[in-house]
Amino acid sequence: MPTMTTPTQTDRLETGYELDRREFFTKLGLGSLGLASAGALAFYYRYLSPSVLFEPSPIVNAGPLDRYPAGSVTLDVDSAIYLVHIAEGYFSLSAICTHLGCMTAWKPELNMIACPCHGSRFNREGQKLAGPAPKPLPWLKTWLSDDGELMVDRSVTIPQLQFLRV
Amino acid sequence: MPSPIATALDRLERTRVWRSIFRSGKGRSTLHNALVIQQSVFLHLFSVKVRKRMLSLGATWYLGTLTLATFLLLVVTGVLLMLYYHPSVPQAYTDVKDLQFVVSSGLFLRNLHRWSAHAMVFLAFAHMFRVFYRGAYRPPREFNWVVGVVLLLITLLLSYTGYLLPWDQLAYWAITVGTNISSAVPLVGDKIRFLLLGGHFVNANALLRFYVLHCVILPLSAVLFLAVHFWRIRKDGGLYVRESEPGAAEAAQTSTTEEREKP
Repeated sequence: MPTMTTPTQTDRLETGYELDRREFFTKLGLGSLGLASAGALAFYYRYLSPSVLFEPSPIVNAGPLDRYPAGSVTLDVDSAIYLVHIAEGYFSLSAICTHLGCMTAWKPELNMIACPCHGSRFNREGQKLAGPAPKPLPWLKTWLSDDGELMVDRSVTIPQLQFLRV
Repeated sequence: MPSPIATALDRLERTRVWRSIFRSGKGRSTLHNALVIQQSVFLHLFSVKVRKRMLSLGATWYLGTLTLATFLLLVVTGVLLMLYYHPSVPQAYTDVKDLQFVVSSGLFLRNLHRWSAHAMVFLAFAHMFRVFYRGAYRPPREFNWVVGVVLLLITLLLSYTGYLLPWDQLAYWAITVGTNISSAVPLVGDKIRFLLLGGHFVNANALLRFYVLHCVILPLSAVLFLAVHFWRIRKDGGLYVRESEPGAAEAAQTSTTEEREKP
């Protein structure tokens, strides 16, 4: 080879281009690999999130009103909610402790809700009295069905002290 | 007059089959010893020569070896338990009961698995305490300490995922509480819990996911990191013994491993 010119360097000097062909293809390759990896991450995230869940419906039919006499706190173990009837009206609370998700229980002799796992205590309005729970028990959306039955949506929380008056 | 066993072994080592498998040939020379290491698929990653003192298991008070031994026990007993256990909601609990009361030796294997698991967690901690208080984590071994921390995390995750599989009340609430801890991660906590459980509650999806993590993903990662861990022991100058400390070596006026390692 009599004359070895370096076209890339002269091109750079003349045109001001930053990339030669090798660098361009390297960056193109790495860039597409990066894109493909991001796509793969999204792909696996979607795959690992179930599209259909065979879980009970968040909406619970708690039955007719007369099941809950005034002054009562009733725990429905299957749906993990409390149905409370006091002078101001009806309301429902989640029975899942806001600390680490254990199921709490109503203690009529103490007049409070207590969690067996780490000792959190709440009053019947769900406000925390003691223990490690960071938040009060959430109030759940409660309404009367057309048939006059108490309905609770466990996926919708409402502000505290929003009673259902009948 | 050589013993009959020695003669038989000698004859065996001369057969064509033996020599096709172990190509280093007969002999106890340094070259032969090196070839044994270099030509074995399992050992060839290691250095062909290493000081005996550096591999003395007593240097870790046998804690590292015992941790590995419990891991191997767990693999063997775990694979055997898998032959009777179905990771499904209707069957999981009764399968464990069957293992205890119906399957021959099932009780023994399940308890061996359980006690080995407890022992492995204990031994991993003990091993790390020894490494920490002996200062064996210091350079050039600092990366192997990091590998060890990863192995401790894998050990704890193996322990935790195995906890759900009996599918009793203890398991259910432990996993409810444990996955709620993961939802305390800022911003993505609830998503992590959802992906771990494959739903909003501990249910069939959670059982299956924990089973796959416990039996496939975590053991494979453990083996991968164990391989790196053991390889690094030799690359970092062998197991830590007092004589490998620079100060001790200078005091004794002998050349130490670390000095010899310098290029």
